[in-house]
Amino acid sequence: MFVWLPEVASTYGPRIDHLFYIILALTGGSMILTEACLFWFAWKYRHREGRRAHYTHGNKTIEAVWTVIPAGILVMLTFMSKSVWDLVKHTNPPSDVNLLITASQFNWEVRYPGSDGKLDTPDDVVLNNEMHVPLGRPTHIMLRSKDVIHSFFLPNMRVKQDVVPGLTIPIWFEPTKAGNYEIGCAELCGFGHYTMHGILTVHPAEEYKAWLEQAEKEAGPQAAPAADEGPA
Amino acid sequence: MTQSHASAPDHGPTSFWTKYVFSQDHKVIGIQFMFVSFFFMLIGGFLAMMIRWQLAYPDRALPGGSLFPSSVLEEGHITPPVYNQIFTMHGTIMIFFVIIPMLTGAFGNYLIPLMIGARDMAFPKLNMLSYWVLVPSAFVILSSFFVPLGPAAAGWTNYPPLSYDPQWTGVGIGHTLWLVALLMSGTSSIMGSLNYITTIVNMRAPGMSFFRMPLTIWALFVTAILQLMATPVLASVLGMLLLDRTVGTHFFAPAGGGHVILWQHLFWFYSHPAVYIMILPAMGFVSDIISTFSRKPIFGYHAMAYSIMGIAGLGFIVWGHHMFQSGMNPTLGTSFMMSTMLIAVPSAIKTFNWLGTLWRGTIHFTTAMLNAMAFVSMFIIGGLSGIFMASTPVDIFIHDTYFIVAHLHYVLFGGSMFGIFASVHYWFPKMFGRMMSERWGKVHFVLTFIAYNLTFFPMHLLGMGGMMRRIYDPTQYDFLKPLQPMNIFVSMSAFTLGLVQLIFMLNFLISLFRGKKVDRNPWRANSLEWAAPSPPGHGNFETIPTVYRGPYEFSSPESKEDYLPQDVPSALPAGAPAGVH
Repeated sequence: MFVWLPEVASTYGPRIDHLFYIILALTGGSMILTEACLFWFAWKYRHREGRRAHYTHGNKTIEAVWTVIPAGILVMLTFMSKSVWDLVKHTNPPSDVNLLITASQFNWEVRYPGSDGKLDTPDDVVLNNEMHVPLGRPTHIMLRSKDVIHSFFLPNMRVKQDVVPGLTIPIWFEPTKAGNYEIGCAELCGFGHYTMHGILTVHPAEEYKAWLEQAEKEAGPQAAPAADEGPA
Repeated sequence: MTQSHASAPDHGPTSFWTKYVFSQDHKVIGIQFMFVSFFFMLIGGFLAMMIRWQLAYPDRALPGGSLFPSSVLEEGHITPPVYNQIFTMHGTIMIFFVIIPMLTGAFGNYLIPLMIGARDMAFPKLNMLSYWVLVPSAFVILSSFFVPLGPAAAGWTNYPPLSYDPQWTGVGIGHTLWLVALLMSGTSSIMGSLNYITTIVNMRAPGMSFFRMPLTIWALFVTAILQLMATPVLASVLGMLLLDRTVGTHFFAPAGGGHVILWQHLFWFYSHPAVYIMILPAMGFVSDIISTFSRKPIFGYHAMAYSIMGIAGLGFIVWGHHMFQSGMNPTLGTSFMMSTMLIAVPSAIKTFNWLGTLWRGTIHFTTAMLNAMAFVSMFIIGGLSGIFMASTPVDIFIHDTYFIVAHLHYVLFGGSMFGIFASVHYWFPKMFGRMMSERWGKVHFVLTFIAYNLTFFPMHLLGMGGMMRRIYDPTQYDFLKPLQPMNIFVSMSAFTLGLVQLIFMLNFLISLFRGKKVDRNPWRANSLEWAAPSPPGHGNFETIPTVYRGPYEFSSPESKEDYLPQDVPSALPAGAPAGVH
């Protein structure tokens, strides 16, 4: 049975995982240390007839030490986290893979710009609960919702972003392994929440090109989305 | 002030109604809050069992499910909409009708006047009203189970637009009732906290300076301030959603110019501090219990009091850590991460000071002490797992997974609930003049401790595996299928945990009538409540005690006994070294 983080398949994924394991080591170590202390004290200082407890109201030096050490560790973690957060949220590697995902109860609508390279035009390729991206190139996604809050969750890519009606939220990731991965919804969005399930396929570059051409051919010219379909 | 009652402590009300039902006595009101919490604990616990059944066996009918009307369970099966209602009501009830009323309502009311040496609360009628607003609120929330389309189903956080429009959830008036019930229980909290603050500031016994107050009182005092400042914000946001639902305003509907994330900011501005409303009092109670049964002064009393204030103060500037993935500006995420990391510091100080209190003590393992030590032990885990979410990038993966469910239950069950068990065992003799069975108390403790850890620890692993919260059927996802045996294991442990609580309930009820009678101070503790009779009569004390020292003078060289109550004048000649406080 696997219990650790699922297989990671995006460029920034390993950095998130690395941070996770650093925190796990630090908190795990602190947990073992403090719990061991607790149990050891409970055993060593259990009540025995004739022994009186040591009378003390504390020790300022010790207290200062055990305030400063955790504070230092937490400041360090904050800085380490900030650099990864900035990588995920504040960088924007250039790419020509741009798609629009519109969430609704209980469906992920994935829209590719057709040959004109523009979204929301008649030649868009539109898929439901199915997403295809090329390997080794950043994928840019605009997230929109038609009804309630959903959360776009790609566990293997370490991607999670709430999809909020009234907002268009940009995200990106760059896959590092070809294959099929699952898409889930992580924010309660109604009774069908658990069925909001899609598949992401990461293709090697050539295969992706072929897939896109095929999809465009199959889709043919389509009606542009009605103006009132999605919130601006 | 208390002087007006000073000469007539026993001339309380004599009629049954004024004495036990519409009572203005803080002790009766406290016990009333306690019974309401116990009642809701049964309902909340039952809902938890239903959640765990569904997650373990998504395809199987609930045992005994055919007893429910077919509009609720289809042939005994929990349907997806009903599942959403069950976990929504589980969270709502446990937070707003079990833990908060128990910690602040029951223990706050019962302990504050007794521990500061007052005859009652500053505003006894307001106090009575705070309980009699909670009771109708309880009726409203219970009634929502019986209305057409059932109770609220948008999670206890109730995010709009899901909660805003019946078409999204399939729930009708149930949601409106949810809002009304919470508005009422919030009103009760506001009245209670006003009373607590006024009482603690104005009605302390002679000699009871702020830094001679037990940490229980410090915790309740700071919690009351927190409640007074945060609850009106919740009330405002509930009111806005109520208007959205009933008269067609658009505070939260983007189509009408509203903003969806506004709810989250205002809701978490209350609900993050509410997390501390649910743990700070327990921290105070546990501090007193650990000191008493280690027979040692609390280690670093001032640091303990200041860290309570620190946690409360920081608690107001960290709400955004619930919203890292909400679409809020990521730059704000960084500042909320910093404040959130900071809050771990006072929490660490408290933990180390509890360990320092045990160090070189003589530890008596009463049931209260075992539960208090379990509180510390579990708070360590719950506190540490919080650091994962505080780190914004790590939160990307674990946000809205079972890792969060594990963390919050370590804090709220491992923390608040063990704190409640410890406190009930500790103060039961004062409340009812009888002991709870120590033997059954220990049986309950051991079984609870084991079953609780087997239930909630594996949830961290489920979360790391990626299992989302609030999903009806995890087996829909291939990547979650390997986790299903663990889900079954967690559910088995949860059923055991639920069953074991019956021991506690029975022990409580039987001890009310059959428990061994006790004198004033069965634990040989120092704080003022033990100077009153058990149970204390109307007006609490025969004469208002005078306070000579802090509450933690255990094993002091000043006394031959290993304790020295706050109201006992020093046995040593004047000029001898006194206690530190």
